[in-house]
Amino acid sequence: MHETLFYIFAALTLLCGLLVVFNPFSRNPVTSAMFLVLTMISISGLFVLLQAYFLAAVQILVYAGAVMVLFLFVIMLLDLRESEQRRLKTFSTVLGLAAVGGLAAVMIGTVKHAQAGAATAIGETRALGKLLFTQHLFPFEIISVLLLVAMVGVILLSKREVE
Amino acid sequence: MDIGVHHYLIVSAVLFCIGLLGVLIRRGLIEMYMGLELMLNAANLALVAFSRFQNNLEGQLMVFFTITVAAAEVAVGLALIVALYRKRKTTDATDLTSMKL
Repeated sequence: MHETLFYIFAALTLLCGLLVVFNPFSRNPVTSAMFLVLTMISISGLFVLLQAYFLAAVQILVYAGAVMVLFLFVIMLLDLRESEQRRLKTFSTVLGLAAVGGLAAVMIGTVKHAQAGAATAIGETRALGKLLFTQHLFPFEIISVLLLVAMVGVILLSKREVE
Repeated sequence: MDIGVHHYLIVSAVLFCIGLLGVLIRRGLIEMYMGLELMLNAANLALVAFSRFQNNLEGQLMVFFTITVAAAEVAVGLALIVALYRKRKTTDATDLTSMKL
């Protein structure tokens, strides 16, 4: 059961990820964003299989919810229609494929020689919360300050300058 | 065959490569940004897999912080793209060459 689910979610993740980057049918940014949502949801399925239930929920809420709404909002605000006519440049495509192929070969070769650990039952939300609010309380507070700074920065950046 | 840490790491590596390819060959700034998001998610997947197979919750904690920082980063980056579009009327990386000699 676990194996079947793993293969389904892994195939969905990789297929939708590929369709974000190369979509043979449409070059529309909205289509890419929709496939990005599907990729996020399949990754959250993989998180569930890894027994990281809290992170799966956070992934759906933050990525598939907030981040993708922001993406779609900006795409529709800017009305990017002319990018569909642009063709990919052959030279940069070939170079990019070569570089990424080399990187993939190195990474997969490294993974093959890795030592495998045994899976144990961890990942309860209660234990995660305990760790977060005792040992890692300070980074947690810093993160909240970071979010505040980002919010102020975004408001400042997107404000029209008044003459 | 049992699903081990290798399977998750290979999915993560391939997803990272797809994201990098998107950054390298797509020319729209928004599409390049989506490639960045794919790479971040691939790293998160690898961290969660390590956390499960090493019996250590710190990896999941790290992913929690990464997701938060990524949300802040997306907000700032998209605001920058909107500001750029207001000034230049384009979001295509091939048109943004004012730093070129």
